[in-house]
Amino acid sequence: MSANHSPQTASQRIAWITTVVVGTLVLFFLMAPILAIVPLSFSSSTYLTYPLPGFSLRWYEDFLGSARWMNALKNSVIIGVASAVLSMVLGTLASLGLAQWKSKWKPLVLALVLSPMVVPVVITAVGVYFFFAPLGLTGNYLGLILVHTALATPFVVITVSATLQSFDMTLARAAASLGAPPLLTFRKVILPLILPGLASGALFAFATSFDEVVTVLFLAGPEQRTLPREMFSGIRENISPTITAVAVVLTVISVCMLSTLEYLRRRNERLKGNAG
Amino acid sequence: MTAAFVAGADVPLKRRLKRAERARQFRALGLVLPLLAFLLFTFVVPLAGMIWKSVDDWEVPQVMPQTVAALEQWNGQGLPDEAAYAALAADIRTAREAGTLAVAAKRLNYVVNGFRTTLLSTGRKLKEQPAPGTAKATMIEIAPAWGERESWAAIKSASGPVTSYYLLAAVDLTRNPDGDIVHAPADQSIYRDVFLRTFEIGFGVTALCLILGFPVAFMLANLPTGRSNLLMIFVLLPFWTSLLVRTCAWIVILQSEGIVNGSLQWLGIIEEPLRLIYNRFGVYMAMTHVLLPFMILPLYSVMRGISPAYMRAAASLGAPPVTAFLRIYLPQTIPGIGAGCLLVFILAIGYYITPALVGGAADQMISSFIAFYTTETVNWGLASALGAVLLLSTLVLALLYGKLALGRQTTGGLKN
Repeated sequence: MSANHSPQTASQRIAWITTVVVGTLVLFFLMAPILAIVPLSFSSSTYLTYPLPGFSLRWYEDFLGSARWMNALKNSVIIGVASAVLSMVLGTLASLGLAQWKSKWKPLVLALVLSPMVVPVVITAVGVYFFFAPLGLTGNYLGLILVHTALATPFVVITVSATLQSFDMTLARAAASLGAPPLLTFRKVILPLILPGLASGALFAFATSFDEVVTVLFLAGPEQRTLPREMFSGIRENISPTITAVAVVLTVISVCMLSTLEYLRRRNERLKGNAG
Repeated sequence: MTAAFVAGADVPLKRRLKRAERARQFRALGLVLPLLAFLLFTFVVPLAGMIWKSVDDWEVPQVMPQTVAALEQWNGQGLPDEAAYAALAADIRTAREAGTLAVAAKRLNYVVNGFRTTLLSTGRKLKEQPAPGTAKATMIEIAPAWGERESWAAIKSASGPVTSYYLLAAVDLTRNPDGDIVHAPADQSIYRDVFLRTFEIGFGVTALCLILGFPVAFMLANLPTGRSNLLMIFVLLPFWTSLLVRTCAWIVILQSEGIVNGSLQWLGIIEEPLRLIYNRFGVYMAMTHVLLPFMILPLYSVMRGISPAYMRAAASLGAPPVTAFLRIYLPQTIPGIGAGCLLVFILAIGYYITPALVGGAADQMISSFIAFYTTETVNWGLASALGAVLLLSTLVLALLYGKLALGRQTTGGLKN
């Protein structure tokens, strides 16, 4: 790929250098918020200003010692894990089905399955709020888990479907020809091979739920407030340095999820490379 | 083997294969069904319910059934007859006892400002059912509004079972007492502006994302794979960082004691802090930042698939670099530009959290009005109607996006 940007003329060189300068500036713009907020979380001052008067971990202690934030963390994890598991099961089954299903209705079904990703969350939240309130599904975990699952499943379907597309179906047929019943084929042949794809899908689902705040605003009672929900009210009222500590913790979690995803992707590509 | 034998075996095998295939299809459908059933419950029915709420007119028929029945005969000219007044008095007294009068009052107040007071004060003053034949006089004496055709037209217009009131209101229209569609009064005509503002911010953010995202995607697509993978982290990390974290960080950066103002003041460039947040500038800044990866990723994937051979061919045929770029390279990136722009625009017009946190009162987009009418004033009809209009806009654009994305798959030559 390096041949096409080795500049041949002066004007091409200038154009390329300009692109690199602008591109780097934009990349800096993308990273700026994260770069700005990390040092502030270690500041000893209550004011969110530079230069930092000194280093301290008090805001992290504040976060870890606060019942409100710890409850929010617990809620986020409970709802995130439950929605990830549920959307995992539903999404994987559907992806397996969609991979084999041939029908003129397929595009329509696919559009329906993916639509929670496209419809503005506020609309989903309002609709679900109207529908769930009379059913007693507001102000508890179940309602939130259900709606987060609906929002997360498209990501699972996309990820798992992509994995299945690269999956060599002759392997499943080979297993079947050797007399393995469908479930055994799935467990022993298909599942181990698509597992990285499933893991990525689950991670996507967890991240979707973990970052979701709009439906939580509508559906959660005071007992189910998640981390983003607490941050939302925190930012609305007054940004305390504790929020910057929470933000950094959340960013670290994002980095971990991104690294895992990248690892899974590379592993998958390596395996595909070996197979081919 | 005789020909007859082959032909005889051929038919059952074909049929068996067909049967096996049909069973496979059923199994496949069976695997999709749980998700479909789940989405029906958590997504489709709730959305359908919201759309229904935008036309549902249940309040007046439920609270004032006799009046609604009596007004069926009324042609809308002049005042209704004595029977209608008697029905109204009876309904008001029943509703007041049941505590439901306020529900109807709220609904009717949308049609005629001040109707709530009329209805509630009538309820308070109406001690007993007026004697037969005196209902009309009694009611007009209690509240002169009952002697106006407008009040009765309002009740008739809210008699259900469905109404176009909320949907019309969502686009600043209303019906006058004669039932013609006219412009809503100025103090209620805000939603066209809000929709325009929503689309304006959507366009602005999309344009900014394209301007900023194109060079990045171009750079990443033309760097050696190792280096571009490394730099891709700078796109993906913000992408994976919580929306709330990023919004919070922008407030820290842009607020009047924030990093930008602090640095500019320290450098002596400005005396007073600039107002960079809680206004349109802050909204553009934060939203562009949040949505930029959605532009870079599709652009990048299209640009990666463009063979450098085309540009070299153009150059070897004597095209100056600018011409080669504009006529050869740029047209090939159109699918990526289209997909990225549509994606960013679709996501932008539905935004709620970011404008709510970094925008001022004049920067709130349609989503925040939907949320406001749902939770604050509990005008669910209007919230639903605004939601229905936003939903429709989004779905039309999403359909376009789907066409474009599918088209890209079939044109070939472009990876991913």
